[in-house]
Amino acid sequence: MVTAILANRLVASPSRIGAVINRNVGALRSGPSYWLVLVSGFFEPVLYLFSIGIGVGQLIPSLTLGDRVMSYAQFVAPAMLAVSAMSGALAETTFNFFFKFKYVKTYEGVLATPVRPMEIALGELLWATIRGSLYTGGFLVVMIAMGLTTVGWAIVAFPATMLVGLAFGAVGMAVSTLIRGWQDFDLMFAGQFAMFLFSGTFSPVQDYPLGVEIVIGITPLYHAVELVRGITTGALSLGMLGNVAYLVAMGGLGVWLANRRMTKVLCT
Amino acid sequence: MIYARGLVKRFGEFTAVDGIDLDVAPGEAFGFLGPNGAGKSSTMRMIGCVSTPSGGELRILGKDPVRDGPAIRARLGVCPQTDNLDPDLHVFENLTTYARYFGIPRAEARRRATELLEFVQLTEKATSMVEPLSGGMKRRLSIARAMVNEPDLVLLDEPTTGLDPQARHLVWERLFRLKQRGVTLVLTTHYMDEAEQLCDRLVVMDGGKIVAEGSPRHLIDTYSTREVVELRFGDEAPSSYVDKLAGIGERLDPLPDRLLLYSADGDAAVSELHRRGFTPSSVLVRRSTLEDVFLILTGRTLVD
Amino acid sequence: MVLYRRLWQASVFSSFVLPVLFVVSIGIGVGGYVGEIDGWDYLSYIVPGILASGAFQTALSESTFPVLGAFKWTRSYHAARATPVRIIDMVLGWQLYIQFRVAAASIVFLLVSAVFGAVHSPWVVLTPLICGLLALSTAASVSAFSATIENDSYFSLLFRFVMIPATLFSGVFFPVEQLPAVVRPLAYASPLWHGVELSRSAMLGGATPWPWAVHVGYLILLSALGLWWAWRAYSKRLRD
Repeated sequence: MVTAILANRLVASPSRIGAVINRNVGALRSGPSYWLVLVSGFFEPVLYLFSIGIGVGQLIPSLTLGDRVMSYAQFVAPAMLAVSAMSGALAETTFNFFFKFKYVKTYEGVLATPVRPMEIALGELLWATIRGSLYTGGFLVVMIAMGLTTVGWAIVAFPATMLVGLAFGAVGMAVSTLIRGWQDFDLMFAGQFAMFLFSGTFSPVQDYPLGVEIVIGITPLYHAVELVRGITTGALSLGMLGNVAYLVAMGGLGVWLANRRMTKVLCT
Repeated sequence: MIYARGLVKRFGEFTAVDGIDLDVAPGEAFGFLGPNGAGKSSTMRMIGCVSTPSGGELRILGKDPVRDGPAIRARLGVCPQTDNLDPDLHVFENLTTYARYFGIPRAEARRRATELLEFVQLTEKATSMVEPLSGGMKRRLSIARAMVNEPDLVLLDEPTTGLDPQARHLVWERLFRLKQRGVTLVLTTHYMDEAEQLCDRLVVMDGGKIVAEGSPRHLIDTYSTREVVELRFGDEAPSSYVDKLAGIGERLDPLPDRLLLYSADGDAAVSELHRRGFTPSSVLVRRSTLEDVFLILTGRTLVD
Repeated sequence: MVLYRRLWQASVFSSFVLPVLFVVSIGIGVGGYVGEIDGWDYLSYIVPGILASGAFQTALSESTFPVLGAFKWTRSYHAARATPVRIIDMVLGWQLYIQFRVAAASIVFLLVSAVFGAVHSPWVVLTPLICGLLALSTAASVSAFSATIENDSYFSLLFRFVMIPATLFSGVFFPVEQLPAVVRPLAYASPLWHGVELSRSAMLGGATPWPWAVHVGYLILLSALGLWWAWRAYSKRLRD
């Protein structure tokens, strides 16, 4: 009996998760502006790669990271790759999710059907990951074309960027269920931007004072960048398993919290 | 279809639904009537299996809503009080997308959406976005959406609140057609005319409790008189006439702007009034409605 | 979209905190790897650029949602139309507000950059004026654009395809001469590039790539055209 209830609570139906994703595909087809915003999101990290990675990179002869020597563009590109996975996924699970959660009450309608909060959370998260992966797939093609990584490493890096999207998407969704209003997004935006600038993205974290380096080591984008950079530069290390573990834990925690909060807010 | 005994819903200290008993039979149109805050919507959410009862027993379609929520919801159609249509999708996709949540195959979803748009007379709007639709159109689309899984039981929370008279009649007419098809309807309303038009049977709710139950006719016959005379006096407050008019009709209820005089024969009561020398500034004799029943039962009007 | 509707309200963040973070991350972090550029350390090189791009971004974002909002959502311009206020007063009134915003942000930023040791010339006193002129040349035409559109999703395009590329490729982080010859004219057309070069010249004391009068003249020309366009667009919008 107890196990039956538990099983009933925990099992998520793939077809219902698929239906949640299907809704977003439909939204993409209906609204022209959604398309445009979605596509334009791809260009931001690419522009940063060209400006800072290539433009400023021309002023930097080369960069030594541990015992590896690489061009500055090679150093910045994987960071921008991780950033595009992060921002692609976050765009879905923060602004879009919050809007549907709080303002247009989309999920209240969905919960009147057999779909459960956990299925909404997983559906939205998978969709966010798909969006992030579209960006990273495109970005990897740009990197290969510019000789910043090889085809082989790019194929390995792609699933890693999916993990990055999943982890950020999940945490973004959990945060969105806690947020009171748009003004809180400013804070989140600030946090996201600070991570973007200081997570070993534009210069190695080893340059920072030890205290700062430790703080950065706690933040998620750092782990994402380390993981992705290790792969695209072909320098695998055991420490990357730690990065993977961090991101997996982050994703799991995010989904758990998002499900709890949605059940609490929408099913009382 | 619905069986409840001693159903309770509490939010912290506040008790929204305070021990109600319900039995809804298949094919019935059942109504919850009451003012805002009477506990109607909370009851509806419990029946819709999105809200867990705090106490009592509840069975929907013979199942336990806590354990079998998804299975019950698969057979329910829900039309919420405030439309939560999807603004990112056009009208047709609102229906097909919703059908997918029930696991209805794509082709079948399209077939049903076409049919339902026809039913709610929105076929021409199929590719319009939701936002520009009028309130009545949105509500009809919500009703169509609630029908997409061909439910055994349809829940409608205030189906015509906020609509203009013409749009209301169109919605009523469509709901009446559903009833004729044998669909079980459960609706809440604070409009008496709506309850009278649509419900076979209804309960009057106030303060989380059921204060009366029966068919509209039965409730009027039991609690009110056949006719009601509305009297307005130009000079003094209506309450000051209560004593002066004692003996005329069966009951007197002073409202801030008028005095209600309950009587089996309104015209006779008016003649008696004139015979006693009273000259109200306006006199209206009408049939008794559920509004009067509510006033008699709770001492308050329905719509403030 | 909804995203940017809030962006302009996060103005303190975008007009001040953001540039400072940029200076720390790129100027100091990346600067450690960059040698000298035109004889200057990298931090000193990019600080004037970030100052100008801060003014540029403030001017641009203050001319989007607030302007469209005043026409469409709050209709405060329509309300003002019913008073003796002239259209040109409305145009200039909003520009004046932007000037104040930009001046305040520039001065605070200059004080911070002095702490970082990035001020090298007495001509630095001119930089708030340069930022003001840059802001006017940008804000005037963007306000005009905002007055002509109905849907705010154009703004996200403006931000992503105009503001961000302009910020990244107008000589803030590296000299525009490094750009491929085909896209260089785009940088030359951008008011931000002219603002960046003037600001850099004032803060470092060197000469501008083109005669300074050309840079200033270009910005004045853009401002005048922008104001004229804004006046036309406001008039047309208010006639509806």
